Amino acid sequence: MAAVSSPSADLSAALVLKPVDALDWLVILPVAWCIGIGAILMMVRHRTFLQPLIAIAALGVLVGLDAALLWHVSQNGPVTMVMGRWLPPFGIAFTVDLTGALFALMAAVVALAGAVAAVTDINGSGRRYGFYPLLMLLMAGVSGAFLTGDVFNLYVWFEVLLISSFGLLVLGSEREQIDGAVKYGFLNLVATTLFLIATGYLYGIFGTLNMADIAAKAVEVRGTAPLTTLIALFVFAFAMKAAAFPVNFWLPASYHTPRIVVSALFAGLLTKVGIYALIRVSVMLFPLERQELSLVIALAGALTMITGALGALAQTDTRRLLGYLVISGIGSMLAGIAVGGSGGIGGTVFYALHSMVVMTALYLAAGLAARLSGGFSLSSLRGLYTRHALFSALSLMLFFAVAGLPPFSGFWPKVMLVKSALDTGAWWLAGALLLAGFLTMIATGRLFLLAYWRPAGAAAPSGEVALPATLLLPLIALTAVSVLIGLFPEMLLGLVQKAALTLNEPSRYLHSVFPAGSAP
Amino acid sequence: MEPVFALLTGIFLAIAIYLLMSKFIIRMLIGVAILGNAVNLLIFTSGRIMRGVPPVIGPGLDVPAGPVANPLPQALILTAIVISFSFFAFLLVLSWRAYSTLGTDNTDEMRVAEPDDAALPPLGY
Repeated sequence: MAAVSSPSADLSAALVLKPVDALDWLVILPVAWCIGIGAILMMVRHRTFLQPLIAIAALGVLVGLDAALLWHVSQNGPVTMVMGRWLPPFGIAFTVDLTGALFALMAAVVALAGAVAAVTDINGSGRRYGFYPLLMLLMAGVSGAFLTGDVFNLYVWFEVLLISSFGLLVLGSEREQIDGAVKYGFLNLVATTLFLIATGYLYGIFGTLNMADIAAKAVEVRGTAPLTTLIALFVFAFAMKAAAFPVNFWLPASYHTPRIVVSALFAGLLTKVGIYALIRVSVMLFPLERQELSLVIALAGALTMITGALGALAQTDTRRLLGYLVISGIGSMLAGIAVGGSGGIGGTVFYALHSMVVMTALYLAAGLAARLSGGFSLSSLRGLYTRHALFSALSLMLFFAVAGLPPFSGFWPKVMLVKSALDTGAWWLAGALLLAGFLTMIATGRLFLLAYWRPAGAAAPSGEVALPATLLLPLIALTAVSVLIGLFPEMLLGLVQKAALTLNEPSRYLHSVFPAGSAP
Repeated sequence: MEPVFALLTGIFLAIAIYLLMSKFIIRMLIGVAILGNAVNLLIFTSGRIMRGVPPVIGPGLDVPAGPVANPLPQALILTAIVISFSFFAFLLVLSWRAYSTLGTDNTDEMRVAEPDDAALPPLGY
């Protein structure tokens, strides 16, 4: 550079001069790792044999990275890293608190299970069209959304995961998939555009997009700026991404069309990113506005869970049935956001983590059921129990987990949510939660009765059918995670309560972005 | 200046929403393109419009000499343009594929994934 600035310039006013702590690199590493591996996989796109090996190894490393990040954050509190060393709020910040780290770890676990299951499920042409690179880029988007500390950056990660999900959705180009992708594409694009509109207004009001900076400045601006309207816009956009009633009909229209592994990954990851963003913006940034909107969110949540469970009861296709169960779970999470407080928010985070594991496992189970007994239609599925007793037992555990029965992972978040709803006097919301659980139990019980317990026809071959290990192993692993969470909830309960504490009282988050002395 | 831009954004948004409510994919596609531009204008306006020089710092200086335009909305819009353009391209190809595969661009008739005449679920054993 020719034009060197005068030597007297004090760089410490603009830049973080302290070298970055080695452990702090963990904040950015999950995203960089996914993008890098995605690019490498893109280069070896035609080596269909190499692709799963690289991707599974890389996702294994990602699980390790996210686990290390979670450990680091739980030991030292929220961690911030600013791009280009600009002092916050000028650089793009990656800030991780317990919530983000927990979500990122669970997403990595789910993606690893999906990548293993895809070894058998995604055939040669699916791999040549880039299943694994798209999966890595999807994970880059998902991890980025969970780890970023900047609202516009969050929008960019949303778009990264959205375009990867488009690619995964149309993998195979069947008629059904294209039909589903049109609806998914348009509605999700409108949702992210709404998010961008809200971000534009946010920038107009605050002049900053750094989350910690906004949380600090919201106190001054409150009263002069139409913050409730702004938050309503955010809530609407994220509710659409998360598939909340009444803007959820793109989900049952599209989630059953792609390959079953892709459906499983979508069910586990995508709607939860919407929930995460909703928690981040409404709970941490604008708690008072969330309280004003809580009745609306609670109503939307109650309707989402009831209509989701009723929709599940009315379906013939197992994949569509599961799509409605995804929606029903979103309703429970919204209920927790509406109630607020440590119990409500902690319950929402816990429920989201449980739902990631269980919904992915359920879709994988639906794929296995189709493999065992020809098809996804409930009228043709029968006699699964005699075909594979272990698989039936795993499925039953997952059905119990999704309905919220002890001792599986769905029980504890449900208890937290019902209790905190009752504590705030929202008895009708607690009733809706219990009713939705009851209806879900009936829906999954009916599925079990018809597909697993109903005797196979005389024409069908009897006896056990072997299943490929790459499909059975992820299912066993995810079910084991669900059972372990259900049996030993103390550790996760402690973590989500601490996470809710940081969200409700973001002083530690702010302190991590603006260490003492450099107030915003 | 702002009221003019606000009005223009409003008109763009109205047209986009009207087009998005159509049942023909090609109109929805044009709606998406206009919606993207409406949002870009919105961000541009919310970053405060002013008659300033470009935010370029002269040689030998550490800070700009006079008032300068706010560069951040332009950076944001640039990102948004790139993203919305790529999405538009994807949706365009997808719509063409949908038209050639399904033989229609009327969303009312696109019921392959959710058939109208789906059979009732089994009501008993």
